[in-house]
Amino acid sequence: MSIRVNGVSKSFGTFKALDNVSLDVPQGTLLALLGPSGSGKTTLLRIIAGLEWPDGGRIEEDGEDITDRHARQREVGFVFQHYALFRHMSVFENVAFGMRVRKEPAEKIKSRVDELLHLVRLDGLGGRKPSQLSGGQRQRVALARALAIRPRILLLDEPFGALDAKVRVELRQWLRRLHDEIGMTTVFVTHDQEEAFELADEVVVMNHGRVEQRGKPDEVFDKPATPFVMDFLGNVNVFHGRVENGRAFWHGVPIAYPDYPHAQPRPARVYLRPHELDIARAAPAGAAPAIESEKSLPATVLRQTRTGPITRITCQPLEGGGELNVDLPTAAARELAFLPGERVTITPRSVRVFLPDPEYVI
Amino acid sequence: MNTTSPSSIPNRRARQRTVLPGFGLSAAITSLMIVGLVVIPLAVLILRAASLGPAGFLAAAWTPRARAAYAVSLGASLTAAIISSLLGLLVAWVLVRLEFPGRRILDALVDVPLALPTAVAGLVYSTLYVEKGWLGQWLVPMGIRGAYSRLGIVLVLVFVSLPFAIRVVQPVIESLDKDTEEAARLLGASKSQTFLRVVLPGILPAVVTGFALALARALGEYGSVVFISGNMPFKTEIAPVLIVSRLEEFAYAEATAIAVVLLGMSLSMLIVVNVLQQRLVRNAQ
Repeated sequence: MSIRVNGVSKSFGTFKALDNVSLDVPQGTLLALLGPSGSGKTTLLRIIAGLEWPDGGRIEEDGEDITDRHARQREVGFVFQHYALFRHMSVFENVAFGMRVRKEPAEKIKSRVDELLHLVRLDGLGGRKPSQLSGGQRQRVALARALAIRPRILLLDEPFGALDAKVRVELRQWLRRLHDEIGMTTVFVTHDQEEAFELADEVVVMNHGRVEQRGKPDEVFDKPATPFVMDFLGNVNVFHGRVENGRAFWHGVPIAYPDYPHAQPRPARVYLRPHELDIARAAPAGAAPAIESEKSLPATVLRQTRTGPITRITCQPLEGGGELNVDLPTAAARELAFLPGERVTITPRSVRVFLPDPEYVI
Repeated sequence: MNTTSPSSIPNRRARQRTVLPGFGLSAAITSLMIVGLVVIPLAVLILRAASLGPAGFLAAAWTPRARAAYAVSLGASLTAAIISSLLGLLVAWVLVRLEFPGRRILDALVDVPLALPTAVAGLVYSTLYVEKGWLGQWLVPMGIRGAYSRLGIVLVLVFVSLPFAIRVVQPVIESLDKDTEEAARLLGASKSQTFLRVVLPGILPAVVTGFALALARALGEYGSVVFISGNMPFKTEIAPVLIVSRLEEFAYAEATAIAVVLLGMSLSMLIVVNVLQQRLVRNAQ
């Protein structure tokens, strides 16, 4: 089942949750809606599910307009962040609910529920109450319940948001495998880029009710289309610089920027990812510089922080102030063994430059 | 000389600690209040009734008139409690889930029956429902007698017990997880299926608690009933009214005997409701 969202808008009072959003989800895709809170990603998911009505625009399934169809007629599987299990029912009855209200025969329900509980690896727990399960188990019950009605699409709203880190990673790997097995068109909402990149075939980054960028995880990560995406993907050093004559300047260090051949300088924002920077000990006075100094920024080491396999070295450029993070594999950092206060040179391997929107420039 | 061995010194640190400070003091005040306010008066009541002896007790408390009064009391109170808890559920649902102008005012009005002297309510109701009253002039010709009848008793008992039924259910409806209702809808449940299978089991324990409170309130009500019921023995006389009329005859022991029977009935009904309620709570979790 493919989904097409066509020019959908939705406001809550004066707040514009969705602003003319269009989106295609081809059959069998696992798609992530990624964005900060308030970006409209959950509203979009709820509109696809039929839980909210769009103010304008259409929703299509396989080319068929389903905009006016109620949630109960849409045959979507929906998984809520906080599970939304029926507390007074056993796990079995939770999973069976959709089939019970469809008045399916008892033996059929029994075999289907057992099959689903096996699929979500909860064999034998059918008699438990949700309160007797862990968070990860509850979310798997919610998933089994959603799949029980043989939905045409599966929608998940921050499905791992309420779980702790370890369970979250396990469960998303498991969900990926499950998707590969059953191949159902799936859309999930997340604010966690790691989750989106690990799990999804395609990522849609949203902000202020609009789609900022859509693409395969690698594309979005390597070629962020907008400053917002760059910022949101996080872990980035941002500097105010300028562009002129086909070059951008970052603390006086020139970077090729052929998109702006004009002589008139314009302010620009320079984005550097911490893992795309080379760092080296500054050459002692008189000695040949270790790397080409023309493209390097002299700086002072402020401190080092180790987060597992990565060590982050925080530096201060000698001129212009601000701080700059450089990520190195911990082994490399150990070898280099920088001390706070030491002089270093930093060379970017990759730089992204964004000009402010021309419409704001007079 | 052998001194006390260390192990026999009471180890104060080993005493169980509670989170609340001043546990000893607050426990003492609590027990004092319960004993002073509930246990002692009840004990006096039972002792006084016991002074009649078994035969005298039966003669006082189990007369045909008294039995009729118990029946009226129980019947009217149960009816009123059932009406209150159903109506209370509806009102609470409307107050929580529907947005309409004047909702806050309506919400504040719910508590009025608690603050109003119930005798005033009884007087107003009887004025309304007598043959010449505002409502009575239309209702009495239709055969609906709201004053000096059992219907009147039920009416005022609903009035005094409804706030309890509403206020107990309201916070539970507020705390309902709307996701589960949406989940049920997405799984294909109709609105009534969603309410009966998903919503109701969650609020039923509160509805039962509201029923118990409404019932307890109705059984003990005197002030409003005395004005609307007409207090006709065997017809519209409730047990509390009978007690007062015994007191007016200075038959104190007889009055306490009737009170003890009434008390026993209320207690046993409350216990039954409590057991039912606990079972529902266990089921709902």
